[in-house]
Amino acid sequence: MKVEMRIDGEAAVADVDRPGESLLSTLRDRLGLYGTKNACEQGECGSCTVLLDGDPVCSCLVATAQCEGREVKTVVGAVPRPVRDAFIACGAVQCGFCTPGLLVSVADLLAREGDPRDPVIREALAGNLCRCTGYEKIIDAVHAAAEAMADEAHRAPARSRAAGSTEETP
Amino acid sequence: MTAPAAAPPFHRPGDLGEALRLLAAHPEAVPVAGGTDLMVAVNYRLTRPAAMLDLTRIGELRAWSDAGDAIRIGSGVPYTRIVAELATVLPGLAAAARTVGSPQIRNRGTLGGNLATASPAGDGHPPLLATGADIEIASTRGTRTVPVAAFFTGPKRSVLQPGELITSVIVPKAAGPQQFLKVGTRNAMVIAVCSLAVALDLETRRLGTGIGSAGPTPLTAPEADLIELPWTRPGLFNDALAEEFGRRVAAAARPIDDVRGTAAYRRHALAVCAARALRRVWTAAHGTESTR
Repeated sequence: MKVEMRIDGEAAVADVDRPGESLLSTLRDRLGLYGTKNACEQGECGSCTVLLDGDPVCSCLVATAQCEGREVKTVVGAVPRPVRDAFIACGAVQCGFCTPGLLVSVADLLAREGDPRDPVIREALAGNLCRCTGYEKIIDAVHAAAEAMADEAHRAPARSRAAGSTEETP
Repeated sequence: MTAPAAAPPFHRPGDLGEALRLLAAHPEAVPVAGGTDLMVAVNYRLTRPAAMLDLTRIGELRAWSDAGDAIRIGSGVPYTRIVAELATVLPGLAAAARTVGSPQIRNRGTLGGNLATASPAGDGHPPLLATGADIEIASTRGTRTVPVAAFFTGPKRSVLQPGELITSVIVPKAAGPQQFLKVGTRNAMVIAVCSLAVALDLETRRLGTGIGSAGPTPLTAPEADLIELPWTRPGLFNDALAEEFGRRVAAAARPIDDVRGTAAYRRHALAVCAARALRRVWTAAHGTESTR
């Protein structure tokens, strides 16, 4: 059966041949989108985290057939540049396997909370396991990303006002 | 040419009536909402459904409503929304929902799925037992309402029959402080070693208890609920009373030794949790000074 959805902003069609095929399996094995990682396949590790209609979910636990007409964002489409840069700058990436899932979870957190405190960060990332970093550098990266995004937003008004005025004035 | 088209292996009903008709016509179709239990089994080849029935497009299952003295929660409302939207009116259930899995799991997992799986360790069950919730079940034959205490029949077994769907859970609004305590190895992604919910009803002066992960099914503790509390002189509440409550809760449990803990540890932890929970709800209700 054909399932049509949007993946990272583009229309995608997957021809699924069993009802229980997971979104993770479809992304990687059928569509060749390898950004989303496969580790535990039981919702424990968060490596396969994507945004489904805006909410972080484990793509291994979503049946692809449930995604008809839905919006999927992977690490490729969900993550603002400052979040990626902060992970690299802070040493929050070691082996890198958990990184795509963590980036998606952090992107979601920072979209909801501009300047989260440590307990909020730990809670938001509780479903993403990392066996290399000990998490401290990841938490540093979240703070750094939050700061960078706040700076960006601070500088942006001039630009968005300009953009707004061109749109409003015919 | 006139042969009937093979039924699609994945049914996506848009409303409850259609879902029940499809389930009656395709009894092999396994209902799926959040998939947080089912998809694990599918991924590990423990089950290979010939067909599935998606419940995530059925609006009436994904809404909750105020039913006067209770909240009627659609079986497909994810835990994230229970935490965000119902914490004031159903504090015990919201506290339990907050401990489910991780943000990713809470965004998908539902109370209906928790009940249908009927694991003795399901986090949603103790607060439903403590508050005397009702489970609404529908099929093409009609609807029926089952008190949650009569819902579970064994480990991962319930009164749910083929062709039936859980449509909603009717949870009495809190009439006093409630607590949910859960023992595990970390604060996230934990299947309870044991869990306990307590609800104090200040209007009827009754206590309700629900025990998780310490028996073949989630359990109530009727003897513990009947403990005599000093309603007319709340200041007389003391540690001995809290500890007696703990003993009665532990006695109501029927735990086993397994990978997560021993029966003896579970009983001990339940006694500690129960005493603590009772102190907390009593203190919250009466502001009497008592130990933690």
